[in-house]
Amino acid sequence: MGEVLVKIQPPDHPVHMPEAAKFSPQVESEIDRHLAKYPIMRSAILPLMFIVQRERGYLDPPGVQYLANRLQLRVTDIWEVATFYSMLQTKPTGRYHIQICKTLSCKIMGEGKITEHVCNKLGIRPGETTADGKFSLSLVECLGSCGTAPMFQVNFDYHENLTPEKADQILESLE
Amino acid sequence: MFIGAIGCEPLQLRRIHLENSQTLDVYRRNGGYEAIKKVLDSMSPDGVIDEVKKSALRGRGGAGFPTGMKWSFVPKDSPKEKYVVCNADESEPGTFKDRYLMERDPHMLIEGMLIAAYALGAKRNYIYTRGEYRYLIDIMDLALDEARAAGFLGNNILGSDFSCEIYTHTGAGAYICGEETALLSSLEGFRGHPRMKPPFPAISGLYASPTVVNNVETLTAVPDIIKMGGEAYQKLGTEKSGGTKLWSVSGHVNRPGVYELPMGYDDMEKFIMEDCGGIPNGKQLKAVIPGGSSVYIMRADQIVGKDVRMDYEGLVAGGSMVGSGGFIVMDETVDVFESTKNLTEFYKHESCGWCTPCREGTDWLVKIFKRIEGGAGRPEDAKLLLDLCDNIEGKSFCPLGDAAAWPIQSAVKRFPEDFEKHLVKNN
Repeated sequence: MGEVLVKIQPPDHPVHMPEAAKFSPQVESEIDRHLAKYPIMRSAILPLMFIVQRERGYLDPPGVQYLANRLQLRVTDIWEVATFYSMLQTKPTGRYHIQICKTLSCKIMGEGKITEHVCNKLGIRPGETTADGKFSLSLVECLGSCGTAPMFQVNFDYHENLTPEKADQILESLE
Repeated sequence: MFIGAIGCEPLQLRRIHLENSQTLDVYRRNGGYEAIKKVLDSMSPDGVIDEVKKSALRGRGGAGFPTGMKWSFVPKDSPKEKYVVCNADESEPGTFKDRYLMERDPHMLIEGMLIAAYALGAKRNYIYTRGEYRYLIDIMDLALDEARAAGFLGNNILGSDFSCEIYTHTGAGAYICGEETALLSSLEGFRGHPRMKPPFPAISGLYASPTVVNNVETLTAVPDIIKMGGEAYQKLGTEKSGGTKLWSVSGHVNRPGVYELPMGYDDMEKFIMEDCGGIPNGKQLKAVIPGGSSVYIMRADQIVGKDVRMDYEGLVAGGSMVGSGGFIVMDETVDVFESTKNLTEFYKHESCGWCTPCREGTDWLVKIFKRIEGGAGRPEDAKLLLDLCDNIEGKSFCPLGDAAAWPIQSAVKRFPEDFEKHLVKNN
């Protein structure tokens, strides 16, 4: 008992650890404000992930390394959480993420027409990003806009009571 | 979209149409923060819990558990910190009432949480809002700043020895986090997996401390209960379902919206056909899901001429449940096979993967729906769907499994013709 049976060898190749992302003092103080809300740092993981995502476009390896350092967690802890939640992106996403609600109320109120229209207009299918990196398109589950269906959310903005014409206007107004 | 009360004076929606209703000023000029004053001046924590018990207020998130009872489970003598967590993770398909409460009357939620925090001795409290509702978090943060500046939050509130803070917290897109123990896992910074009950959150919740998790609509009912007294609030509704209730109405109705009705409103047919303006384009009513997607779907002939009373007992007697109060109304053009497939895809997507019956079961259900839709349906597939549901219902770790099974079970039994159409045509 107590005898070490297997000695773990360090890997014979260099372990690739990306350098952690760096943020401006403004962003750092925004992060501090979130951390101050909780008695346990780990609770701030979701708000901090949204900040990293906003600053870096998605949760890229340097951003994840930053979160691990800042929250004193392992990188795997960060990935474990990041891959659970549908709003957290672990791959590059277009500047405007169009999320069309596909759940029942929107479905029966004309979601299909909106989706078809947006697909044709942008030349992409749900799950894809335009070649210029401007738009990504997703079909998502209920966004709580059932009384004003059909709808989509572009980044965090709600657009409700959509018609193909209204969808055109919204997409064309985005720079 | 309509927002207002029918059959009673607006209570929760009383300020919703006022200009700048989201500001502290308008809230205070219309009866706001009087309840917390009354509580701090003249009520003990137990006195507050007693009023809430008398009110017969039941949790508005979906389960309908008596709120006063839930509060009374928190141990008084625990040396641990206590927490009040507001569940604003409104994600149940067909439900959008909390959104308008927070958007237009955020101080009502703050006051409700303050009273709950006083009753339970909680100092640090959180509003867990679904990530997609980012604009509501911004509204809540502004309202919290206003309340703090006016002395309604922080140390020694209104000169009393009661100190309390409320913070906003964001979800990130996971329906399961509306389940209270999954919400707490998420708030602690983990994947949103539900936890074993017991211990219930009242004993061991956030950070393993006594915690009460209440829905937005539940907490916003509390200031009025304190002001008018529990008994008067209860009398607005029925004996077992006190007060008023918000119903979100969507789908094929002329006037979708958020409706405040007295509990026990008679009857559901009148509500849909008159109050909500009936079915558009001269179509016939075919089906209604009255409690958010996770309840039994009802046939039109279970509603028309049946005097279904709109409260917890009435809807069970009528063949469904109150749930979150999300009415999805469907006209004759809807194929219930397709609508059920749509909801099953929702549950498959939102299953958190923690337990086998739900994770594997919802996946198989969607596979079968897709096979049937693709033209390879077999006559025995309706029974196969029911068998699968039987292996999920009551056997999953949390209620999401039941929520996935119930819409299918009721749809197959109540709309067999819509399923047979898909199963027979290929044989």
